[in-house]
Amino acid sequence: MSLVAEDIRRVAKLARLGLTEAETTQTLEKLNAILALIDQMQSVDTDGVEPMAHPLELTQTLRPDAVTETNQRDLYQSVAPAAAEGLYLVPRVVE
Amino acid sequence: MSHLTELTLAQLQDTIQAKRASSVEITEAFLQRIESQNPTLNAFITVTAEQALAQAQAADARRAEGTASPVTGLPIAHKDLFCTAGVRTTCGSQMLADFVAPYDAHVVDQCNQAGMVMLGKLNMDEFAMGSSNENSFFGPVRNPWDLDRVPGGSSGGSAAAVCAGLTPIATGTDTGGSIRQPAALTGTSGLKPTYGRVSRFGMVAYASSLDQGGLIGHTAEDLAIGLQIISGHDTRDATCAAQAVPDYRAELGAPLTGLTIGLPREFFDARLAAAMQDKIQAVIQVFESLGASTRTVDLPHVAEAIPAYYVIAPAEASSNLSRFDGVRYGHRAADPVDLTDLYERSRAEGFGFEVKRRILIGTYALSEGYFDAYYKKAQQIRRLIQNDFQHAFASCDLILSPTTPSTAFAIGAKSEDPVAMYLEDIYTVATNLAGLPGGSFQAGLLDGLPVGYQLTGPAFSEARILNAAHQLQLATDWHQQHPEGFSHV
Repeated sequence: MSLVAEDIRRVAKLARLGLTEAETTQTLEKLNAILALIDQMQSVDTDGVEPMAHPLELTQTLRPDAVTETNQRDLYQSVAPAAAEGLYLVPRVVE
Repeated sequence: MSHLTELTLAQLQDTIQAKRASSVEITEAFLQRIESQNPTLNAFITVTAEQALAQAQAADARRAEGTASPVTGLPIAHKDLFCTAGVRTTCGSQMLADFVAPYDAHVVDQCNQAGMVMLGKLNMDEFAMGSSNENSFFGPVRNPWDLDRVPGGSSGGSAAAVCAGLTPIATGTDTGGSIRQPAALTGTSGLKPTYGRVSRFGMVAYASSLDQGGLIGHTAEDLAIGLQIISGHDTRDATCAAQAVPDYRAELGAPLTGLTIGLPREFFDARLAAAMQDKIQAVIQVFESLGASTRTVDLPHVAEAIPAYYVIAPAEASSNLSRFDGVRYGHRAADPVDLTDLYERSRAEGFGFEVKRRILIGTYALSEGYFDAYYKKAQQIRRLIQNDFQHAFASCDLILSPTTPSTAFAIGAKSEDPVAMYLEDIYTVATNLAGLPGGSFQAGLLDGLPVGYQLTGPAFSEARILNAAHQLQLATDWHQQHPEGFSHV
């Protein structure tokens, strides 16, 4: 499968990643080379093979249902680019 | 006495216990060496001299009180993706260039509690994506063996710093080879533990089902000392294994008689250059002289490890890195016109080229209509690779291979060709896909540049890997070779 510039623009939009036209063109060639490498997978017969999501297929451990975390909102928001009164500030969304 | 910065972690431990030097003296020696050598190597992004000296003074006080741990007062430096409260954690990215984490990573916490002294934060490929350390916003790291060559990556700063004596040991992380490959290219020892052996809490996430913290040091013995400190269960990482931690150092001395080493047919074919082949054969001969036996094993699906890795890792990265949105922390674009513009420009400005490529590949692989052809297929291959290893370990204890296809390459040689760069990990990624432990250790020099050999074992066999490598280091002097330009005269 080979990508065209429109595919890159679509994927960049999904990823909320701004790309200039020049970057789109440069990226296209490299992504197609990477996809050609990835497509080597298609030669392997995987019929009936259970996909492996994780190396340690353990069930989640349970813990007592007790409060272990304290509220550290102010500490965590201290690294935010813009926050006030416990809220993260972003450009207006609803007019 | 040798200069303090020439000593291994084990030797420094003897030195401090015998009171031949204090933690403050040891720390000052390393800080001086960082000051003189780091401008050339660029291995450190941040040097924490003041905090280090304060920690060293506290360590000396703890030793005087008799409350010291075995590593109290010994220096360490952390790859700059382990969060450190009060010290910036950049992950090699402009996105996090000014980010100061509100908490310590579990690994950092463990080192601090044991009384280790943090010298600073080490350079790396941006978000751990790379095999050369050229993808750092803070500039490339240089290989102490040849300043025009790469130290490997993504833990390139960790490897170069240990190699040149800027720190006796360093943390690193390994998602597809990022500890083992730089260890090989710099003539150091590196260990990627079993997935789940070391908590990922406070490690900036790249590919969460593959990422694992570990160490780079001079010797297997030093790695055993360090692994003792950083491994173990942590409830803050749901994937961290609740498995007992053995006494790694106590197991180093076991003889290798009866050890069976598997040699994968697929890793010793004609694609491996003859000169590299000879170096690995020399390692095999020493193992045999120590009582180990070897046999050929098969890993029939290992050729598909790279393609599967470059679906799974970017897919997980595209999801993990969606948190960098310019809202909660990290870089924020100036004067956004609306929310979409804020997201798109913050990410466009904050991320470098390789990170953008992997986000795009991952987003594409996970997008509607492509999931089965890419992500599911890759996960099925991942299962086949794990089955291959399980089958191989039925007839051998450890698997030996080269760590890399060649010695360190020139800075710039592969930076415009991502596929060539990805193939650098051809011998290492299968270990990550299967979640197994793997180490890279010194195999001597080829044309003046280090060669590494890799040992991979079944899950939680770190002690066996370190034991085998330690016995080999007792019988050889490859781990004592140091780059001439960085001799301690």
